Amino acid sequence: MKRVYLDHNATTPLDRRVFEVMKPYLVEHYGNASSPHHYGRRAKQALEESRLTVAQAIGARPEEIVFTGGGTESDNLALRGVACAKGQGHIITSSIEHHAVVRTCAALQGKGFAVTYLPVDDQGRIDPDDLKRSIRKDTILISIMLANNETGVIEPISKLSTIARNHGIPFHCDAVQAVGKIGVDVNNLGVDLLSLSAHKLYGPKGMGALFVKEGIRLAPVITGGHHERGLRAGTENIAGAVGFACALSIATGTMDTCHTTISSLRSKLESEVLQRIEHVTIHGSQAERLPHCSSLGFAFVEAESILLHLDLRGVAASSGSACTTGEAEPSHVLTAMGVPPEIAQGTIRISLGRDTRAEEIDFTLAVLEQAIGSLRSISSRWQASGRKVS
Amino acid sequence: MADEWKDMYRKPREYPPQDTGPLLFYNDLVIDHFTAPRNVGEVENPDGRAVVGDPSCGDQMMVSIKIDDGRIVDIKFKSYGCPGAIATSSMMTVLARGKTIEEALTLTDDDVVIALGGVPEKKKHCSLMGVTGLQAALKDYFSTRGLHPERDHEKSLSRS
Repeated sequence: MKRVYLDHNATTPLDRRVFEVMKPYLVEHYGNASSPHHYGRRAKQALEESRLTVAQAIGARPEEIVFTGGGTESDNLALRGVACAKGQGHIITSSIEHHAVVRTCAALQGKGFAVTYLPVDDQGRIDPDDLKRSIRKDTILISIMLANNETGVIEPISKLSTIARNHGIPFHCDAVQAVGKIGVDVNNLGVDLLSLSAHKLYGPKGMGALFVKEGIRLAPVITGGHHERGLRAGTENIAGAVGFACALSIATGTMDTCHTTISSLRSKLESEVLQRIEHVTIHGSQAERLPHCSSLGFAFVEAESILLHLDLRGVAASSGSACTTGEAEPSHVLTAMGVPPEIAQGTIRISLGRDTRAEEIDFTLAVLEQAIGSLRSISSRWQASGRKVS
Repeated sequence: MADEWKDMYRKPREYPPQDTGPLLFYNDLVIDHFTAPRNVGEVENPDGRAVVGDPSCGDQMMVSIKIDDGRIVDIKFKSYGCPGAIATSSMMTVLARGKTIEEALTLTDDDVVIALGGVPEKKKHCSLMGVTGLQAALKDYFSTRGLHPERDHEKSLSRS
């Protein structure tokens, strides 16, 4: 069966060039970077070269990069790291963060920290004035994502971080979805901590990094040896670091051309969906968004049913909600944007990749149109709305 | 969201996990009833009709039935919901069609699940909607005739 992968926000394939540069570090140069002998030095050298590449890609210095086991771990290190170093206080985040941030904040609430979740407008944007109003004397950290994983909406990070800096509060930014798709520079953004992940940009899974600006105090989450300046114990994943660096170089080097191609494919997808299917909402379409991602809400049908229809025809997409154990869990992102539950429950996310081709979009549109038509033809809600399927 | 941390320290999950991928774990018969649901639509001049919902997840079902000689001679449905809701609605109509009112009233959600060869654990609640819909349509049939479902369905048999 012809298969079309349109779930690049979930993960991306490993770029073959990345795979090639990783291989020697799995098989030949297998040394432990902490060992003083030849094997160890070889590994250490590759690790530090990778660190330099990653640092330069985001405008940081190599000593400000901590390699981690992925984006979620980076978020945990930033949030728990600051919280543990301070011991108590107030954290400000938003109501549309990834679960890696939301649930870590929730866990910190359980340990006595106070947390404020900033609201967003109907396009998913945070108002800097809301941040100003939420700052307290005991605020120890502000954590806001650069681009949302469900809608692709980009937050005004430099405005928000300026407010944080004026109050002397460290600012963390989860940039996992944005890195490699739009230019990310820690100096322009004005952030103190920034999370990155390799597998969202055609690198290996299980590899990430946290930018920690000089002077920011963190307590480690994973303790053990002195790896990563004592901030992340555990034998370093050399092949992962090498692959991450290579993937990041490719992504930043090809970003401009990819941006143009992908955003024109996304426009094609969205304009044709609106043309061919009635009652569709594109979430966050009035806001600045990542170029590859589209959040489409179809009234009178349910997302998992749409996705199963697509999957059976070879198209892989995703949704932010799932109906399990009798509990509808409409996406917290869409809920925060004020999307009515009946639209949130019919929302799917389509995320394109740099290899996505126009004919794949054509195929997807045909399958999607058919899926929505057939689900609406059996939908009691569609009937109740007084409409007939042509 | 503010109280979410309270749920974080729950008991360990069952093994093997049943919730790892709803798309993967429907069997072929469930997929078949999802892609080609049986008895979709609305019966003309129905003897009983009902719209029921699962308020917990927003699923909704409309059922209409035709009764002749105490038997469900026609039944149709329309559903809004996940694949589990659509497939179990469809299978419910298959099981109910041709049954006497008495037999139909004894249909359970388990019967629907068994007839489908099982559904993922977390989708079992979906099957309740089909049976609830059927019972509500039968109730509608009884009430429009001034009958009581438990006490009077014998009468309803003799009347028609």
